[in-house]
Amino acid sequence: MRSILALEFPPVSHLVEWQPLYFEGTPFEVNKVVLLMWLAVVIVLGMFFAAGRKSKASLVPTGITNVVETGVEFVRTDVVLQTMGPAGLGYTPFLVTVFFFVFICNLFEVIPGIQMPVNARMAIPAFLAIIVWVIFNVVGIKNQGLGGYFKSMLFPPGVPKALLPLVALIELVSTVFVRPFSLAVRLFANMLAGHLLLVSFAVLTQALFSATIVGAVVPFGLLVALTAFEVLVSGLQAFIFVILTAVYIGGAMHPEH
Amino acid sequence: MLDTLGILAQAAGGADPTPGLKVIGAGIVYGGAAIGPGIGIGIVVGNAITAMARQPEAAGMVRTTMFLGIAFTEALALFGFVLSFLLQG
Repeated sequence: MRSILALEFPPVSHLVEWQPLYFEGTPFEVNKVVLLMWLAVVIVLGMFFAAGRKSKASLVPTGITNVVETGVEFVRTDVVLQTMGPAGLGYTPFLVTVFFFVFICNLFEVIPGIQMPVNARMAIPAFLAIIVWVIFNVVGIKNQGLGGYFKSMLFPPGVPKALLPLVALIELVSTVFVRPFSLAVRLFANMLAGHLLLVSFAVLTQALFSATIVGAVVPFGLLVALTAFEVLVSGLQAFIFVILTAVYIGGAMHPEH
Repeated sequence: MLDTLGILAQAAGGADPTPGLKVIGAGIVYGGAAIGPGIGIGIVVGNAITAMARQPEAAGMVRTTMFLGIAFTEALALFGFVLSFLLQG
């Protein structure tokens, strides 16, 4: 326990680290976050299978079909067509899956009784970023050839000759190392920050409620408002993750002119 | 990466930093890391609003690009946020 502004504030590690539930001591430890990740996988699969079966039965979309169709349409028009053009439409299923998985993982942050964003643990964003890194590099090498891909990556057109070595070094570091790192850290840090913000106001509300009931009104109002804000952030971060993935794959498909 | 961050943390904190100094250092790290991205996001969003006001029909495209720009700019602030926790640990 650490005291901040005379409040008993739990240390950060207590907010995101959970006791192992099953297989304790093995590399396959299962805790709350792992269970929530599996739940997210089950929800995404269930949504899409249910929507697929319903749309086969009747052509008029209702209920879950509407949700899924809106999501697919959104990723198709606002992400793929904006960043990759019609040539990238083949990546829509991958991007839709990533979008829904990240979004539902983030949404656990505000669901009462769960309230733990899965992406506030570094492992899941890091693994997603590694998948994206592998995909855009493979796409680049496949479309432009090994030499062509590195040439267009390291030597962007229109750079003065004297600056080329410096630019090549910067481009190498930024494409190979900074891209996956920032992709993972952006998602992770946003969800961790949101979780800490909600915890801070919950602790503040609780402390002021036990002292003076009236004093807790303002922090409680802010807590409710911030919960709504975190729903927005969940969607926005899923959108940004997907659109950056699309930009990276699109950049690997076509060399810059 | 984490090794480097550990060495950085040691260099920043000295040989035997007291917990109070660690917290102050973490605060300075986050505060410093938030300055640049704050200005940057302001520029990105301000210009996006100007563009949307000039050409409302291009608002959708401008909004997508604006979020992309925000995401790139914001990354530095988030690195500082994470680093402030690593410095305390």
